[in-house]
Amino acid sequence: MPDLGKYADTVLAAYCLSILCLLALVGLSLWQGRKMKQALARAEVAARVGSEA
Amino acid sequence: MSLWEYANPKRFMGLSGRVLPVVTILAATSLFVGLIWGFFFTPDDYKQGATVKIIYLHVPAALMAINAWMMMLVASLIWLVRRHHVSALAAKAAGPVGLTFTVIALVTGAIWGQPMWGTWWAWDPRLTSFLILTLFYFGYLAMWQAVENPDTAADLTSVLCLVGSVFALLSRYAVNFWNQGLHQGASLSMDKEEHVADVFYLPLLLCIFGFVLLFLALVLLRTRTEIRARRLSVLMAQERVRNA
Repeated sequence: MPDLGKYADTVLAAYCLSILCLLALVGLSLWQGRKMKQALARAEVAARVGSEA
Repeated sequence: MSLWEYANPKRFMGLSGRVLPVVTILAATSLFVGLIWGFFFTPDDYKQGATVKIIYLHVPAALMAINAWMMMLVASLIWLVRRHHVSALAAKAAGPVGLTFTVIALVTGAIWGQPMWGTWWAWDPRLTSFLILTLFYFGYLAMWQAVENPDTAADLTSVLCLVGSVFALLSRYAVNFWNQGLHQGASLSMDKEEHVADVFYLPLLLCIFGFVLLFLALVLLRTRTEIRARRLSVLMAQERVRNA
């Protein structure tokens, strides 16, 4: 850990908040993507079954 | 092969599926190396002390917040002129990414400003235009949610994007023509006097590169999700018709 002197709180707060925001955005994007992919796969199966019936 | 062929959702899904893993790995690597280099292996600035390390987050985030809006503007213009759905969905996908970068730039700027300027916030031209850009981002996302018809939503948000681009440009160039502000000039400049010192330059460049790639990866990922959502709504509409 580098010596951040009297600005340690300032620098660490900036890094922690930014990394938190980035991780939240990446996590949310991945979760939404996965959820939509599964929902579409289910709907496509249902549509195929519906058109065959 | 023309670029317009990728306006076809199927072709876009094929290409983005191949490109996305490469861009993601490159983004993660450049961000990891850039931030570690900047945080652990660069010296303190003679004026700013250790707070100079915030530059590796603040500058790339601010740069990409403005460029994200410009990308949304181009995609919106393509939608308005050529009616390609993928471009409208790409603009929509970029909205939350741009907003997150804008929030990071504002928060890190305020955290840096407190010890350096003695205030969290100043009604400086660059800061104010950047705050207005943030509000445009919120408005843009809200409009996509509020309008039910996706084509009408794409039309309205495209016009909003056009208007907001004035503030995106202002927040970039405000420091050049309004000299009364607190905010310093560009960190990356052709002018050696203004340019950030060499020791901070390479890790900063790497972080900017990482943010650009992260933006690209997230926009590709989110556009794929939007295309799937559109396809899902079509299938559900067909099912409703069948059941009626």
